[in-house]
Amino acid sequence: MHLDDLAELAEQYRALDAGITHEVRVCVAAACQSTGSLPVLEALTQANTDDCCKVKGVGCMGLCSAGPMVAVAPKDGGIPESVLYREVKPEDAAEVLASVGGPLVERLHCPTDQPFFTRQMRIVREHSGIIDPDSFKGYVAVGGYAGLIKALTEMTPADVLREMTTSGLRGRGGGGYPTGLKWSTIAKMPPGQKYVICNGDEGDPGAFMDRAVLESDPHRVLEGMAIAAYAVGASKGYVYVRAEYPLAVERLTTAIKKAKRAGFIGNKIADTQFSFEVEIRLGAGAFVCGEETALMASIEGLRGQPRPRPPYPAESGLWGCPTLINNVETFANIAPIITNGGEWFAGIGTEKSKGTKVFALAGSISHIGLIEVPMGITLREIIEEIGGGCPGGKAFKAVQTGGPSGGCIPAQHLDIGVDYDSLKTLGTMMGSGGMIVMDETCDMVDVARYFMEFCMTESCGKCTPCRTGTWQMHELLDRIAKSRGTPKDLVLLEELCEVVQATSLCGLGQSAPNPVLSTLRYFRDEYEEKLAGR
Amino acid sequence: MTLPQAKPPLPSEDKRWKLVNATMRRNGYAGHALIEALHSIQDAFGFLDEISLRFVAGSLDLPLSKVYGVATFYHIFMLKPKGRHTCVVCTGTACYIKGAGDLVDTINARFGVQPGGTTEDDRLSVLAARCVGACGLAPAVVVDGELHGKLTAETLMTRLEELN
Repeated sequence: MHLDDLAELAEQYRALDAGITHEVRVCVAAACQSTGSLPVLEALTQANTDDCCKVKGVGCMGLCSAGPMVAVAPKDGGIPESVLYREVKPEDAAEVLASVGGPLVERLHCPTDQPFFTRQMRIVREHSGIIDPDSFKGYVAVGGYAGLIKALTEMTPADVLREMTTSGLRGRGGGGYPTGLKWSTIAKMPPGQKYVICNGDEGDPGAFMDRAVLESDPHRVLEGMAIAAYAVGASKGYVYVRAEYPLAVERLTTAIKKAKRAGFIGNKIADTQFSFEVEIRLGAGAFVCGEETALMASIEGLRGQPRPRPPYPAESGLWGCPTLINNVETFANIAPIITNGGEWFAGIGTEKSKGTKVFALAGSISHIGLIEVPMGITLREIIEEIGGGCPGGKAFKAVQTGGPSGGCIPAQHLDIGVDYDSLKTLGTMMGSGGMIVMDETCDMVDVARYFMEFCMTESCGKCTPCRTGTWQMHELLDRIAKSRGTPKDLVLLEELCEVVQATSLCGLGQSAPNPVLSTLRYFRDEYEEKLAGR
Repeated sequence: MTLPQAKPPLPSEDKRWKLVNATMRRNGYAGHALIEALHSIQDAFGFLDEISLRFVAGSLDLPLSKVYGVATFYHIFMLKPKGRHTCVVCTGTACYIKGAGDLVDTINARFGVQPGGTTEDDRLSVLAARCVGACGLAPAVVVDGELHGKLTAETLMTRLEELN
């Protein structure tokens, strides 16, 4: 199969909807489903009598706090061209359908000219909220699998690696390791069994980017994995998904089945010599499994405990074979890079952080949901403009990024541009992309204790600094938070932070002190107030 | 060379064992599919008991210690049966700063159970989840599989009292 054949196939699939002029899209991703979007979809489907209008379920549109979301869009229109409706109920179906080609329903209208929609730049989420995630044809119709076919038929693995390096893409799981470099290391390993793993163990509380990608556009992730496998010389892939994401697992299972049937996954893909099989592996509720060596142990059916690196998975990973591990969002970036070229991608973002990043906005913020913005955008733009600031007129206090491994950024640093390096200088990290906004009512010592409790429970118990250190730090924080601490406790806490950071085996322990260190750095007065018994 | 052990018979006539066995067969009775096998038991029976752990250990030719180690390591696996109703309180960051801690305290005060516990009359199991991903609805609680968002202690209590 060549690109022309694929284009023809896409044309055929588009022709299936030839008579359709408008689409009524209902979000059926997890957040909207939990607010009752499935009955809305059913009511709309039953009430629809117009042959020119198609009612369909789509992935996440982003504004989760306004769910269930429904979009009335011209057939090939994106979210900016649509009329969006918020908090739609099944009984609103007739009114919504009447607004197709008619006046909009004022009562439910959610304007798309607000910064939440206009300031975004969608690459990873370009099809999210537009295509039916369960439809293979829908994905191909919007140009899906063109990246894979281009790579297989017009590029050598070395060409793919070069494009990836040019693009400047860095791992979206939080570490920010250059993707091109990682891929090249594995490609250089002697030929033989190699593996590609997609890390979908999104464990940070308050982060739901990867889930939305898997639930909204699963083929995109598979396509990225297949391209990666071609570039590094792997023939087998695993997607490791949290068992807490049943809908993502279901959609991914369907996607694998359909891609296989169509010959885009499996033996001799698109009549080339390249073969690639994918399997799903379920997590079982262990945060530490997001760490790559622990994740591999879990795929092997063992307890998810990390091991020292080196050797890195690139040399000796799954069952001792060279293994490429990237995060869901990283894989979702691959296809457009191959289609549009690495130069195009490198033109977006900042000098050292290219492209866009998906963030999950949550906490004390008006617009809760998912956004995708170019790297380098300031935190102020994200929080005040896109997010709409803290609700109820409360004053902003801090934003927490990077989950239990990250830190808090106070108001005075809001004008910094977001990229991997700037966040690090502020004592936090990009992490996978969760942003929890805290207002003036938030007790920062309590927040530090919350994260320490998290790390303490999630510590796998293998190495002593993490196992007992997190426990001790939690005790100290608990005492201080309850105003029963002494100045000595604070000294000991700071000392322990250093030791645990320096001596833990894996990222979980090494970064567990971060929330404490960053709250101490910016909100030390709150600790001192507690010590003074106030 | 060690010969492969004969597969143990299904523990009982219960049809659910066939589902568990099918999962292991689909993975070629490979030891690395242990977590998949444990998931299938929990899906079918609701929890993992000694009989099921022994059955899986025998079928996958793994030491029981290893099977038990994996079953206890991962939070999702329950070694005790749940109550008639379950209430999962999300304790993710967004829910936490919006008062998930109060919900846990209120449940404890009213029903006398902490997360991970079950009331003495087996009526209600209370669990804490790391994040159910419904941050837009914080604080969120999942009662018998149904998500309830933007809860206060009172509305949650009303909901839980209604369960029989």
